[in-house]
Amino acid sequence: MTPLRVLVVDDEPPARARLRELLDDCRGEAPNIVVGEAANGLEGLDMLASTPVDVALVDIHMPGMSGIEFARHAQLLETPPAIVFVTAHDQYAVKAFELNAVDYLLKPVRASRVAASLRKVAAGVHVTREVLERVDAQPRRFLSVSERGRVMLVPLADVLYVKAELKYLTVRTREREYLIEASLAHLEEEFAALFIRIHRNCLVARRSIRGFERMAGDESEAGWAVLLEGCDEKLPVSRRQWAQVKALSRS
Amino acid sequence: MTEQKAASIRQNDRSDTLPDFTSLGVIARVLLVVNGAAVAAALANSQSWSEIGRRFFEIALWVEPALFAVLAALYATSPLLARLRYAAGITSALVIVAVLTFALSAVQSFLGREPGWWALLRGVAIAIALAAALLEYFRLRDRAFSPALAEARLQALQARIRPHFLFNSLNGVLAIIRSDPKRAEGALEDLADLFRSLLADNRQLIPLREEVSLCSQYLNLERMRLGDRLQIDWIIDSGVEDALVPPMLLQPLVENAVFHGIEPGLAAGSIEIRIRREADRLRIGLSNPYHPEHQHRQGNRMALANIRERLQLHFDVEARLDTAIDGERYRIDMVLPYRRAV
Repeated sequence: MTPLRVLVVDDEPPARARLRELLDDCRGEAPNIVVGEAANGLEGLDMLASTPVDVALVDIHMPGMSGIEFARHAQLLETPPAIVFVTAHDQYAVKAFELNAVDYLLKPVRASRVAASLRKVAAGVHVTREVLERVDAQPRRFLSVSERGRVMLVPLADVLYVKAELKYLTVRTREREYLIEASLAHLEEEFAALFIRIHRNCLVARRSIRGFERMAGDESEAGWAVLLEGCDEKLPVSRRQWAQVKALSRS
Repeated sequence: MTEQKAASIRQNDRSDTLPDFTSLGVIARVLLVVNGAAVAAALANSQSWSEIGRRFFEIALWVEPALFAVLAALYATSPLLARLRYAAGITSALVIVAVLTFALSAVQSFLGREPGWWALLRGVAIAIALAAALLEYFRLRDRAFSPALAEARLQALQARIRPHFLFNSLNGVLAIIRSDPKRAEGALEDLADLFRSLLADNRQLIPLREEVSLCSQYLNLERMRLGDRLQIDWIIDSGVEDALVPPMLLQPLVENAVFHGIEPGLAAGSIEIRIRREADRLRIGLSNPYHPEHQHRQGNRMALANIRERLQLHFDVEARLDTAIDGERYRIDMVLPYRRAV
């Protein structure tokens, strides 16, 4: 049996050291080799781009990006690693894991439990993207795009607007555009606090709205347009959305 | 009231005690009830709306001097009264009320404000009746809050502090036990002390010194896990270490600060704890980095509500706890009466 290649992701160095020791302890039972350690989700994704990994042991609570969000982005890879979550005391997450049969380890972790989890992974048990979406109680902090075998992250704080175009969504930041595969309705629901819908095919980041301008037009959609902070484009507001958008602009 | 209340919480046989006439809560309630009675009397004697104000003013001329004189006298004699048995204390307080009301009314009559022995005696009788009613109210209120009930509530509140740090610390110790057994040993010793404090009878006030050392031990354990990400600034005025505070007053706040202020940050963050004395008050300020996106995680409000309720049980209206978000930092400001261990 070829040893499983393991990535350990935890923001606390002693916790990573402990997992290493435990993986070492159960090597006889479940052959494994630690190919990398990461202190947060961003480092972890970088590592996945350069090193093939079979399973990632991921702490849930990490600064910057939660373990669950890390796992969701990692699913964009061509061969995503299996995920085993580690947590000390997150009752909510544990309940969600139980309901969705997601594998997790409770801290303090025991060697026998690590071995059991690794054996499950070796037997081919994987969480799917849909399940991860379901267990993630928090909105993500990044949108992700798969580009040339690695995961590109776009911080939601940088997004000016998202526009639906045929099969894809165009995500616009100050610097550039990204194409992602997702549904506008899902994004609207997940990030209700961040975006407002101004048109059937367009969500705008509330904090990037600079003002409104009357569009001189003779089409049926002629009316108002949103002016953006840090971008010259003007986005038309549909009649149907205007009342809501106007209410926001007053507050 | 505080020491007395703390004392009464401790004892198990419940006997009635006089209210603490030096406490703000008692004084405020007396003022409120007596003036309320004056308004009611004015209302009863008035034939029209416009008359109420005038009537009240007339009554107030008689009532207020006596009221303030009685409050001042009770304030001054409070330590003596507290030493008497309850019945004797009540009698003494009523005598003070009767004598002062009579004396002040007599002086006013003598000055020609309103004649008549009848009015004078009626005033004294009303004063005594009001005072007796108030004393009974304070006795019942005291019963409602202490000792058995207050004790049960404190116990329940204490039990609700279920610190996650016990888990965190155990994980921390397990993580270093092979690589650094000496440090693990020290950490377990700290942990044992923390357990002892948690399991102790936590209903009596303790010197601030003990609470501070508990927090330091707790922070040592957290530093094992978080390393340099956790920075602490203690600013404690000299001489305040003897002040009496409810046990587990600071620890849950410091734990919250680590949980909400340090853990979610990628960079290092600092927790600042500032304790100083301001005349007869003890002021405790605590601040930590604020992460707005992290606020939905429950727990903070529960800990604050818990501490507020315990402060109220120990200090009534004389303590308060405020929170504020000040730019990038979350601040807690707490004021309690300064009492010293004897």
